[in-house]
Amino acid sequence: MTHTTDALVRLTAAEMAAKLRAGDITSVELTQAHLDRIAAVDDTINAFLHVAADEALETAAAVDTTRAAGGAAAESLHPLAGVPIAIKDLIVTKGQPTTAGSKMLQGWMSPYDATVVEKVRAARMPILGKTNLDEFAMGSSTEHSAYGPTRNPWDITRIPGGSGGGSAAAVAAFEAPLALGTDTGGSIRQPGAVTGTVGTKPTYGGVSRYGAIAMASSLDQIGPVARTVEDAALLHEVIAGHDKKDSTSLPETEYPEGEVPAFSAAASTKTAKGLRIGVIKQLQGEGYQSGVLARFHEALDQLQGAGAEIVEVDCPSFDYALGAYYLIMPSEASSNLARYDGVRYGTRVLPEEGPLTIERVMGSTRAAGFGEEVKRRIILGTYALSAGYYDAYYGSAQKIRTLIQQDFAAAFEQADVLISPTSPTVAFPLGEKLDDPLAMYLNDVATIPANLAGIPGISVPGGLSDGLPVGIQFLAPAKQDARVYHAAGALEQLLNDTYDAPLWAQIPALEEVAR
Amino acid sequence: MSEISRADVEHLATLAHIAMTDAELEKMASELAVIVDSVKRVQEAAGEDVPATSHPLPLTNVFREDIVGHVFTAEESLASAPDAEDSRFKVPAILSEDHDAGPSSVPHEGGER
Repeated sequence: MTHTTDALVRLTAAEMAAKLRAGDITSVELTQAHLDRIAAVDDTINAFLHVAADEALETAAAVDTTRAAGGAAAESLHPLAGVPIAIKDLIVTKGQPTTAGSKMLQGWMSPYDATVVEKVRAARMPILGKTNLDEFAMGSSTEHSAYGPTRNPWDITRIPGGSGGGSAAAVAAFEAPLALGTDTGGSIRQPGAVTGTVGTKPTYGGVSRYGAIAMASSLDQIGPVARTVEDAALLHEVIAGHDKKDSTSLPETEYPEGEVPAFSAAASTKTAKGLRIGVIKQLQGEGYQSGVLARFHEALDQLQGAGAEIVEVDCPSFDYALGAYYLIMPSEASSNLARYDGVRYGTRVLPEEGPLTIERVMGSTRAAGFGEEVKRRIILGTYALSAGYYDAYYGSAQKIRTLIQQDFAAAFEQADVLISPTSPTVAFPLGEKLDDPLAMYLNDVATIPANLAGIPGISVPGGLSDGLPVGIQFLAPAKQDARVYHAAGALEQLLNDTYDAPLWAQIPALEEVAR
Repeated sequence: MSEISRADVEHLATLAHIAMTDAELEKMASELAVIVDSVKRVQEAAGEDVPATSHPLPLTNVFREDIVGHVFTAEESLASAPDAEDSRFKVPAILSEDHDAGPSSVPHEGGER
C-alpha cells in the first residue's frame, strides 16, 4: 500500500491525468495518496496551513462517478479533472479559511472564491488545502509566516524560498502535484529555484487577480507551480483568461474565440534549435554564488549545443531595479493593507489602557495583527509616499520602471527569450537572514525586473550545487508566455537526458528525515 | 547615511495606525535608515526627461451596464467581522471625548457604540 502511494505521488500531473482517463487509477485513490503523504511528511515540512481532506475526497469521488458513467459528461471532463492541487493561502477560498499567513486574518472565511479557484473547481480538481507563505506575501523565505516557517524538502534546516515557500515545498515533497502561487517580486520563481521545482509568473493581467489578497497591485500576479514545465503549462491553461471582475485583466480581444494560448504545446516542443537566447549582463557575476553560476553556464552550453543562438544583452537600468521595487512595492502595500482596520474582517485587539476610540483600537489591532516585516514595509511605504519625499523616492522609482521597460524592449530586439539565474544563491539556512532585511531583499534581484515590466518569467531546475537546487530563469516579452515554456521545456529535456532522470527524482525520502 | 529619527518613525506609525513601543520605534528607525540609503540610488538614474510608469501595461477604463449583479447578504458580509449587531458592523467610538464637545455632536456614553 505504501508502495502504491509512493509511486502515485511521484507521477507528473500529466501522467496522473492520463492514468485517470485510462481508468488505471481513480481520483479518490490519487487524492487519498496525497492526503496520506501530507499526513506522513507535513509535520516536518509545514507546507500546509489547512488541509481540506473531506472536500478534496468529495470532489474526487464526484469526478470518478462522472467518469465511470461514461457518455457526454465523461467526455467533457477537463483533462486535469481529478488531479489534486494546493492553493497558496493568499488566494481566497469559500469554505476553507484564508489567513495570508497573518494573525490579522486568523480564522477568516472568505464569502467568495477567487476567479482562479472558480476555474480550478470548474476543472474539477480536488483542492487539498492552503499553503504557507510569508505574511501577506512579504518575504523570500516563508520565515515571516505567523504560523511558523516551511522547511525545504531537500534539506529541512534550510528555507524553501518565499513568499510561496509552502506551494513550492508541497510540490517538491510530493504532497501535491500542482499548486497555485502569487509572484510580486519573485514569490513563485525563487521558491521554485531553491526547491528544484518549476514556477511561472505569467504576463501581468494574463491570469485574473480577483481574490488574490493584494500586496502591490501593479506587480502582483497569480501563476502555476509544478514539478515539470509541461505540468506548469497545463495548469496555466486552466487559470488564464480575461476576467470581468479584474479591471487589470488583459482584454477579451487577446483571446480569439475565447481560447487561451496553448502553453502546453509550447512546453512539448522540447527543442532549443534556432532559439535566440539573450544573456542579461547585469544578472550574473558579483553577488551570485559560484555554484549557481557554474550551473548557469552549463545550461548555456547545453542550449548552445542544441542549436540555440546565445547573445549577450545589456540592461543597465537593472542595477536600479531592486531600489525601485523596494519603493514601489511598500508604497502600494501600505495603501492596500489600510483595509485591515479591525472593523470589517479578521482580528480586533483592544488597547490595554485608555479610551476605546476607533483610532486607538485600529492602532492596537494592527500592532498585534501584523508581524515585523509587514510593519516594516508599511512604514517604509508611508515614508516613501509622504509629502516632501514623494517625488524623490516614489516618483524616481516610477521613472526607473520606464527605463527597465525600455531595456527589455531593446533586449527583445536581439533575442526571443532572456536567461539568468533565478536566484543569486541556493537555499540558505533558516534564520540566516532573518535579522538583516536588506540581505533578504537581495534574493529577489534577478526576478524583480519582470514584475516591474509586467512580462512573463519561469524558473526551471538547472541542476545542483552542493546538493541543493539551482534555478534557471527565462523571460519573454509581454503576452509571449508560450516562449518561456518553449525555452524551459527545451532546457528541462536537455538536463533530463544528461542526468538520466529529472532533478526531483533526487529529493530525499522525507519519512526517514523526519525520524 | 539617511537621517531617520525615532520621532520620524513615530509620526509614520501614527499615520499608518500602528501602535509601536519605544523599542520598536528605535529598531525601525535604524533599519529604515539602512534600507532608504540603499534604495535612494534610484534618484541617480531618474532624469528629468524620463516619463514615469505607474502600471506595467496600458490600462483603459472598463465599463459595464448599471445592473445589480450578485450581492452578499448582510449575514455573509458580517460572518467574519470582529463585532456586529443588528445587521451592521459594530465599531468603537469614532469621536473621542475631546472631539465631541460641540452642540452638533451625537451624544454617547463612551466606550463602544
